[in-house]
Amino acid sequence: MDIHDFYDKMDRNNILLSFKGDITAELLTSILQIIESKMDNMQEEPKLRKKVYIVLVELLQNLYHHMDDPSLEANAEMARTAIFMIGKENSHYNVITGNYIKNDRVPLLKKKMDEINALSPEEVKEHYKRTLNNGQMSEKGGGGLGMIDIARRTGKPLFYDFVPINDNFSFFTLNVVIEQ
Amino acid sequence: MEVITIESSPKTPSIKFDSKQGKLEIKGRSIPENSVEFYKPLVESLERYAGAPTSPTQVDIQLEYFNTASSKCILDVLKKLETIHRQGNQVIINWYYEEDDEDMREAGEDYQAIVNLTFNMQQVELD
Repeated sequence: MDIHDFYDKMDRNNILLSFKGDITAELLTSILQIIESKMDNMQEEPKLRKKVYIVLVELLQNLYHHMDDPSLEANAEMARTAIFMIGKENSHYNVITGNYIKNDRVPLLKKKMDEINALSPEEVKEHYKRTLNNGQMSEKGGGGLGMIDIARRTGKPLFYDFVPINDNFSFFTLNVVIEQ
Repeated sequence: MEVITIESSPKTPSIKFDSKQGKLEIKGRSIPENSVEFYKPLVESLERYAGAPTSPTQVDIQLEYFNTASSKCILDVLKKLETIHRQGNQVIINWYYEEDDEDMREAGEDYQAIVNLTFNMQQVELD
C-alpha cells in the first residue's frame, strides 16, 4: 500500500478524521470528543459546531445500531465493519459513512431517503414531527427519525449510493454536507 | 416519596426528580446509544407519581443537544406529565435554549405542538 498516496488523498479532501473498523460505543465517544476539540481549536461558530456535532451523532449511531443487526451475524466479518470520514472544504463539512447492507434492505432504505429528499424544508419539519409522534420506537430508541433529522438540520438532500457487492450485500455510502 | 438523582455523563444529562416537591430537572446532553434504558427509571417513576402528584409540578428542561433516540424518550416523559395535567394538576414546563440555538427552540415548539402543555420558552445567554 502506498501510504503517501493515501496521505495525499486525505490531504486533498481535507479529511479531519477517518476510521475503518468495528463501531463500538467507546469509539463513538472518542470520535465525538476529537471532533469537538478540533472544532474548538478551529474556533468554529457555536451554531455550526452544534450542527456538525449532532449530525455526527446521528450518523455514527446509525452505524452503531446497524452493527447490532442480528441479520448480519452470519456474515460477521464483512458486515460488521464500517468506514467513516469527516472533512472540511471551504466553509462546509462533509461527513461520509460507508457500510455493508443486506440487499433485501436496500429498497426500503432507498425509498425512505428518496421520500425525504423530495420534501421542502418545511415539509421535512412536518415529517419529523409526525414521525416523532407516531408512537413507534425500536428497542434501541431509534424510531426512523435519524435520517429525517439530518435532512432537517442540514437543509440539504441526503446524497447516497448503493454499490452491489454480491448476492447478499451492497455497500451503502451516505454523504452529508453541513453548512453554516 | 421518590427522589431520582442521576449525574451527567458525556452522553447523558443530569436528572433530578423530587416527587415530594414536584420538581423535575433534566440538564445537559442527551446522546446515549440506548436512550430507552437511560430514561426508563424516570418514566417509571413519573408513572407512579401520576397516582398522587404534587401541584404544581415544575419541570426544567435545559438540553444542549439531544439525539433522535432521546427525542422519543423526552416525548414519553412529556406525555406522562400531560396525563398529570389532564387530571387537573398544574404542570409548568420551562424549556431552556441558548440564545442562538434556533434548533433547540424549535424542538421545544415541536413538543408543545404535540402535547397539551404550556411551555415557557426561556432563552439563556451563552457563556
